[in-house]
Amino acid sequence: MAEVSVRKVVKEYEGGVQAVKGIDLDIADHEFVVLVGPSGCGKSTTLRMIAGLEEITSGEIWIGGDVVNDVPPRDRDIAMVFQNYALYPHMSVFDNMAFGLKLRKFPKDEIKRRVDDAARILDIVPLLDRKPRALSGGQRQRVAMGRAIVRNPKVFLFDEPLSNLDAKLRVQMRTEIKKVHQTIPTTTVYVTHDQIEAMTLADRVVVMNGGVIEQVGTPQELYHNPASRFVAGFIGSPAMNFLPCRIQDGANGGLAVRVTDSIIVPIPPARVDRYGAYKGKEMVLGIRPEHLFEHRDHGKPGWTRVDLPVDVVEPMGMETMVHFFVEGTPVCARIDPATHAAPGEMLPLTADLNQMHLMLPDTGRVV
Amino acid sequence: MSASVTERRVAVAAQRKNSLHRQRMWALWGSYIALGVFVVMFLVPPFYTLMTSLKSSAEISAQVGSPWLVKHPSLENFWYLITYPNFQRYYLNSVIVTILTVAVSMVISVLAAFSLSRMGFWGSQTLSTGVFLTYLVPPSLLFIPLFQIIGQLGLINNFWCLVILYPTLAVPFCTWIMIGYFSSIPRELDEAALIDGAGYLQMLWKIFIPVAMPGIIAATIFAFTVSWGAFLYPLAYLYTSNQMVLTVGIISDLIRGDVFQWGKIMAACLLASLPPIVIYAFLMDYYVAGLTAGATKG
Repeated sequence: MAEVSVRKVVKEYEGGVQAVKGIDLDIADHEFVVLVGPSGCGKSTTLRMIAGLEEITSGEIWIGGDVVNDVPPRDRDIAMVFQNYALYPHMSVFDNMAFGLKLRKFPKDEIKRRVDDAARILDIVPLLDRKPRALSGGQRQRVAMGRAIVRNPKVFLFDEPLSNLDAKLRVQMRTEIKKVHQTIPTTTVYVTHDQIEAMTLADRVVVMNGGVIEQVGTPQELYHNPASRFVAGFIGSPAMNFLPCRIQDGANGGLAVRVTDSIIVPIPPARVDRYGAYKGKEMVLGIRPEHLFEHRDHGKPGWTRVDLPVDVVEPMGMETMVHFFVEGTPVCARIDPATHAAPGEMLPLTADLNQMHLMLPDTGRVV
Repeated sequence: MSASVTERRVAVAAQRKNSLHRQRMWALWGSYIALGVFVVMFLVPPFYTLMTSLKSSAEISAQVGSPWLVKHPSLENFWYLITYPNFQRYYLNSVIVTILTVAVSMVISVLAAFSLSRMGFWGSQTLSTGVFLTYLVPPSLLFIPLFQIIGQLGLINNFWCLVILYPTLAVPFCTWIMIGYFSSIPRELDEAALIDGAGYLQMLWKIFIPVAMPGIIAATIFAFTVSWGAFLYPLAYLYTSNQMVLTVGIISDLIRGDVFQWGKIMAACLLASLPPIVIYAFLMDYYVAGLTAGATKG
């Protein structure tokens, strides 16, 4: 097991296209780090550079205290799980898992012991004699993980391993992966475009966009204190609402956010100092759907009432999503399913402004 | 009113069903007719060959009755050939040349296809296209310059020259088949093998060759066919009985001047056809799978 460091790493393809633009990242021993971002953000390229499957244009990659820029994949002591499993179709499950050990000339009884141990952890003992074509998607993914586990490598790399599975199985396998990491706490770098996967699995999440790292932090940090509008919009489902606004004087010497002529909400006193410098400026108000809920009479400090005209209602069972338009900007609220909401009617809501975010409209930086 | 609408819908549905049934019937009839013509065209010559091979020379020369039927079936032509030393020599030469041609062609093709499809070096795309273009040059044009080369090597009238010549015909197409097959193997498979600790040769031997076995069998059958059935090259380069292969040996030995030993010629053709028939029968499924690999997304 080992720590991984990525120092000023750039990946430039022919034609000058930069997929990764000088990123820095330190991953501690035993840590589970998830690289997340939209397609083309450079997350898979970064993972492949760590694996040695892509050459680095400039910068350094360290694994276990050694620079591995020029070390071939087989000598990096890593194991990788691919999106499409990449199982050898002509080999049995046992042989798939044993392949790497056989190439490294491990004794037969040691190979058997390791494969059996991994198979027990992953609950695939009855499948060891089967060929990959006789397995379901979830079983194949377990075998792919088994192939990684038996090697007992310094680092596990996962490249969108759950993307080929259906929604239900994805949730199951997500738990499995977390369980495996709890049992075998190998340093893990995991790539996904699914922010829920990132939030549920990671010790730390790395949000990437356009070849750069937008923010690194624990799932809670990213959720509660996003550094940019991109991170704020990417983390959380449904996505955060963004409303153009202006900061102005409020009651009792405080500040208020003016969204429209009829929607002017007070900024909680605790945040007045933080936002004071932006008085009179155009900003973007960010508030998550879960912080915009049905109106409750017994309010708390920082809660304020807003009335919005309902556009669409989406009952989900345990909650209901209600969509509105505020001067052409879509807004979503997450309300109690018992609350009555119908298209065309005004719905009284409570906005928890203790959870609000203000962003600069030009850079998207959260202030 | 609604009842009449329902009746009309039922009638339209029935009409459509009848129309589909009629269309299918015509399609089936068309298929059977086309297949019938195909069967006549392709099975009549082998049938005639079989019938003639079972006739004695006397029955053939008598020219009495239908040429499609045998009055006194006999295996004398087959027995003659099996015990005829020259025919044994042709057969042996053909087997040696074919085995070596297939082996040489497949080793070159598999290595070339693997490097062209997977190593991704500069110019590999152009080289792949070039390999296929080579296949488009007609062999009948090549045999004249090749005659010069073989002459300089001192291999005229030596069946070993065919072991050098046939791969020049087989390798381009076999390489092309294998490039297609190797390209259809997901790239993650080599990456997984690389991470598991395989070198390129191990990757080829332990992953690519087993996974691409249908393609390799298809290419092998092609190389076999090229070698076993070639006529022009052995006719041009070989002229003594001890060096000849089956295709030229049969006609040069069994046609003496204007005397055609039809019964023996036909029996020889059937005996010469046995290896391809046996190989095709066992490997046809792989052959078709290999040729069509990559045609559709799996």
